[in-house]
Order: sequence, then structure tokens, then C-alpha cells
Amino acid sequence: MIVGRVLGPLVASQKHRKFEGSTLLLVQPLGEGDAAIGPALLAVDTVGAGVHEKVLLVLDGRAAGDAMQKKAAPVDAAIVGIIDHVELA
Amino acid sequence: MQVARVVGDVVATRKDESLVGLRLMVLQPLDPSRRPLGRILVAADAAGAGVGEEVFFVRGREAAFPFYPVEPPVDAAIVGIIDHWPTDGAAGPTPARRAPDMKQP
Repeated sequence: MIVGRVLGPLVASQKHRKFEGSTLLLVQPLGEGDAAIGPALLAVDTVGAGVHEKVLLVLDGRAAGDAMQKKAAPVDAAIVGIIDHVELA
Repeated sequence: MQVARVVGDVVATRKDESLVGLRLMVLQPLDPSRRPLGRILVAADAAGAGVGEEVFFVRGREAAFPFYPVEPPVDAAIVGIIDHWPTDGAAGPTPARRAPDMKQP
């Protein structure tokens, strides 16, 4: 998993049926010190994350599908937690 | 699988139900000289690892296997704590305090 920051929701009226009822959020992956790392990506939200919240992102198709509780969903990333804080030693 | 050092942990109150009770640790992958290799990541802990310890972890859907029959949505899991490994002579890990109440799954 990685840590990311929610940039905002993506709206798409026409999409694969497995996405029905799902929220798609654009998320910026973060590294140490909350520095942005790499390009933003699109993830299915399964926990009700809000804009600017720090979230836990899973980057695996089957794990993301399990989080959505849908089999064979065409997804590769999901938000599975909202982070209170990260403690680095 | 890959070798990493546990460099922190993550606290998330609101999360997927099947993640409740799992410890989420921040890992820095290491090269054979114990130098940081690539980006940090978050892994579920299936070995009772503590901050500062060197561990090995698995990526992919297999990361959920240690928690069977629960299938948490994870893509990385710590599956072992390293006693020693063939590094090329660099200093060892800083001793870590082990969580005393952590049961070995």
C-alpha cells in the first residue's frame, strides 16, 4: 500500500457497469515528508474519503476489487483507509 | 519477496472492515548494502515486526494469504523478521523494542 492525498472526485456518466455506485477519486501519491511522488492516479473509494484527506491506497487489482466487494472489477487501485497519522521513527 | 527496514507505522481509524486489527507498518526497502532502495510503502504486519527491525515482505495479492480466512485488501505484507542476512558488511539494524503483547499469527 502507499499513502496518498485526495485531489478530488472524477465524474464519468458512461462507465463500465462494475463502477456503478462507486466513487472515483484522483489521488496524489506521497513519499517521506508528504512530498508528492510521481503522477496522480485514479482510485475507487471504498471508505468515504474527502478532498485533501490523507488515505491508504492499495495498488493491486484483486485487492481493489475485494475492497469494492465485486468480483472481476476492472480496477487497479482502491482507497481502503483514511489515515489519522503516519509515525516515522 | 524483498528485504526492508520498518521505519514507522500508520494509524487509520476509518478503514476497510477487514483491516481492523491489522498493524500497518511503513517499510523502506533495502539493497544488499542496507542502503534504501526505492520508495517507502505501507505493509500489513503478519510477523509481529517492530520499528527499526529488518524484515522481509511479499507484494501482490499473496500479501492477503497470511490473514486467511479473512481476505483484507492489502498488496504488501511483512512475513518474516530477519535475524541476519548476507549483506556486504554494512552496520546492522538498530535494536528495536518488540511489542510485548504482539502474538505471532
